[in-house]
Amino acid sequence: MIPNLNIYQTVEADQVSIWFKAAPVTKFPANGGACVKYKDKQIAVFNHSREDAWYACQNLCPHKMEMVLSRGLIGEEGGEPKVACPLHKNSFSLKTGKHLNGDLSPITTYPIKIEDGFVYIGFSE
Amino acid sequence: MKTIIVVGNGMVGYKFCEKFVAKVNKESFKLIVFGEEPRVAYDRVHLSEYFENADAERLSMAPRSWYEENNIELYTHERVTDIHRGSKTITTLSEKTFNYDYLVLATGSTPFVPQINGVDKEGVFVYRTIEDLEETLDYAKKIKEKVTLPKAAILGGGLLGLEAAKAVMDMGLEPHVVEFAPKLMPRQLDTRSSKVLQVKLESMGINVHLSKATNQILGNGHIIGMEFGEDDVLNVDMLIISAGIRPRDELGKSCGLKMGTRGGIVVDNKMRTSDPDIFAIGEIALYNQMIYGLVAPGYEMAGVAVDQILGEQSTTMAEEIDMSTKLKLIGVDVASFGTPFMPAEKGHSIIFENKTESLYKRINVSHDGKKLLGGILVGDANDYNMLLQMYLNEMPLPKNPENLILGSRGGEDVSFGSAMDLPDAAVVCSCEAVTKGQICCSVKDDGNESVKAIAKATKATTGCGGCKPMVNDLVKESLKSLGKVVKESICEHFEYSRQELYDIVKLKKVSDYDTLLDEVGKGHGCEICKPAIASIFASIYNETANRQETIQDTNDRFLANIQRNGTYSVVPRVAAGEITPKQLLAIGRIAQKYDLYTKITGGQRIDMFGAQLHELPLIWEELIAEGFETGQAYGKSLRTVKSCVGSTWCRYGMDESVTFAIDIENRYKGIRSPHKIKGGVSGCIRECAEARNKDFGFIAVEGGWNVYICGNGGANPKHAQLLAEKVDKATATQYVDRFLMYYIQTAPPLTRTAAWLEKLDGGIDYVKDVVINDCLGIAEELDQGMQNLVDTYKCEWKEAVENPEIRARYTHFVNSEEQDDTIEFVSLREQKMPKAWA
Repeated sequence: MIPNLNIYQTVEADQVSIWFKAAPVTKFPANGGACVKYKDKQIAVFNHSREDAWYACQNLCPHKMEMVLSRGLIGEEGGEPKVACPLHKNSFSLKTGKHLNGDLSPITTYPIKIEDGFVYIGFSE
Repeated sequence: MKTIIVVGNGMVGYKFCEKFVAKVNKESFKLIVFGEEPRVAYDRVHLSEYFENADAERLSMAPRSWYEENNIELYTHERVTDIHRGSKTITTLSEKTFNYDYLVLATGSTPFVPQINGVDKEGVFVYRTIEDLEETLDYAKKIKEKVTLPKAAILGGGLLGLEAAKAVMDMGLEPHVVEFAPKLMPRQLDTRSSKVLQVKLESMGINVHLSKATNQILGNGHIIGMEFGEDDVLNVDMLIISAGIRPRDELGKSCGLKMGTRGGIVVDNKMRTSDPDIFAIGEIALYNQMIYGLVAPGYEMAGVAVDQILGEQSTTMAEEIDMSTKLKLIGVDVASFGTPFMPAEKGHSIIFENKTESLYKRINVSHDGKKLLGGILVGDANDYNMLLQMYLNEMPLPKNPENLILGSRGGEDVSFGSAMDLPDAAVVCSCEAVTKGQICCSVKDDGNESVKAIAKATKATTGCGGCKPMVNDLVKESLKSLGKVVKESICEHFEYSRQELYDIVKLKKVSDYDTLLDEVGKGHGCEICKPAIASIFASIYNETANRQETIQDTNDRFLANIQRNGTYSVVPRVAAGEITPKQLLAIGRIAQKYDLYTKITGGQRIDMFGAQLHELPLIWEELIAEGFETGQAYGKSLRTVKSCVGSTWCRYGMDESVTFAIDIENRYKGIRSPHKIKGGVSGCIRECAEARNKDFGFIAVEGGWNVYICGNGGANPKHAQLLAEKVDKATATQYVDRFLMYYIQTAPPLTRTAAWLEKLDGGIDYVKDVVINDCLGIAEELDQGMQNLVDTYKCEWKEAVENPEIRARYTHFVNSEEQDDTIEFVSLREQKMPKAWA
């Protein structure tokens, strides 16, 4: 099945209508990522423990349309948290989704919160 | 406030805007731009890249927002239809009228379509705009569904035609290039170099038809073939015409500007047309009775027009325009500069030709042997920049000018000087017209101390990028001349080189990435420093990739090679390529069970493709049960030691190469390094194991083994160099132990041994001094370091499948047992391959 890019839309904090209980925090490695399935979406979740922050974005790299971002290395560039795609090292901001080392279209991002040891991702539908 | 209207939003029209806004105060001029195409200006030179990514955004010169930010009124999809010179106005197709003070015509060109019978048939295309490409792609898709092995012809064997041939090949059609002249690229290449290029292209599957005049296009409604002579027909399903360009000069003609007899708007060296308020630049400008179809002169014209409009009268177009070009055609370097073809009375030519290697180099030298007049390079254009500079600046030639293309042979110094020997006026970046002097000043006076900073400040390297190596040298040399040490920090988080970090880790006995970052780094790390430091930990502590998995590159994190569709490939170690029938059966059984695509690799082992993440531990559990261990094909580590059968079977063998290769591969297996390392062992000088294109190689000779180091294949092939002659196995092994440890300790990240040696002061002689004569007094330390790595080896896949915590990482979703449903395969010669995205 060809991934449908259109189902990915950035969700702002004030648009959240559903907090999806994804998985226990222990499922996500420190300073690394893992992939969560929500309906027909694949969401990459990153436990940026050095920053004490969590991020969620689409798992789909817009460069070659592969479901791989959750397996990428994360880090920071000039203070901007980012993920580097494992296939060709395209980097995206985890805050804004912006492509940092080129002109690909931005990736979508999602609100995330931790409650009672569980990771919740915010969706509008 | 004056109004300037630019008609045409192509590369040159855009360049005019860019140069203009860089020079003026936004309030004093108003800039209005009209483009006929629906998109903003894009890079037509790299049009064929559109086939690879179908991403028009990536090709654009600047986003639409750039025009807004710079106060430029941009109208795309809006054709200018009339110029009224009397009232100084223009009107557009939608009948809008605009006033101008100055008018700049940059309407470019259209592809020339010859008057051939049937040229209007369906399936005949031109190659110029993204829309052309999209139509071509659609049609190709259609015929691929109808016809098996569809063919496409390209009419015109020039630069663009060959680019189009590559595009056609990428679309999955069989390409046929049809050229009227008796050779390819008739404007740039002489007959012999053209032949070399042709043989190379044919070997890649591009069919070439020369001296063909097309009489008519055959087919009822849509094209089915081309007819040349009476019985000379080529059956094709599609045709792309790339037979040259015609200037889009109709606006100039209709408003009465002076025109060339064969088209083009006549301009003077100020880019002014016969109306002093109207300028013409790019492919419609007829300058010195010539139309220039290259980007660099177009950009220069844009600069001249900007300065002239702003009243800087002294900027004019050069009398002679340099038509030198260098490009990579379908992976083949092709370059020509100066006067590529030269009659014998003007000077003499030095020609080197090697058809088996697809190499051709020609330089033309003045009769007195003092000046370079021009030349042609096919197959290897590494020396193009230096040769071009020597030609442009009329630099004196070395005593033996043949060294310029053959390299120095027999102890003479390398004939090229350093880039610093160029005169300050030498134009290093011809796309942006940046001189050596400007680059060096930018380094020295403005503190731009990296290629990136130079690119930002001067725009050098931002065009075709061909001058990057030279700019890099200039930056480094300028810094050196200032007495500044070129600080090679690995990234923004560590202000140390890899070698310094290696020493720090060892000295401080740090073994955690986070600790190291807290103690000697800053910030939170990135994809550059994390794997580099993981590699250092591995070299010092022989730690596998399993413990700190989130600082590893993906391949190491999951101990497999990630492939095109996010699946992985699996490669067990087959030391020296020796494998038993029982092991072959085991691999066959396992590959069949998990439906994997299998292929023999260049390193004499078997690669199994198409495994999904969750299958990896299952596959490895079975492989390990059959006695296999990880082949580390995924790592920056020892890959394989290739061998020939040697004296065991071969009637020429001088020694047992297989046994030696197995011992060596098992000795170094698991060792991680700054980049991958490969070895080879040949049983005699016939060198069937190709040991001399490996990072280390042993060749059996009368009386012992010759040891070679620092070779590689790949993009920049390098032959390995002789480290020691006729030594016994133990000594040979010890030398390579020391060499590898020394390389591992001192090389920058992701640097192969050959590149490391090239940068090492003293070169191979210095390595000999360190490894054989122990001039640094570190031989014992190197020996111990290696022995420690050899003694502590463990198979990281065995570790992974036996540890439930590590095993749990191999799942696509953390909250679902489902598989990734976007992965799809199609069949390929009784196996499978990833389905390409439409």
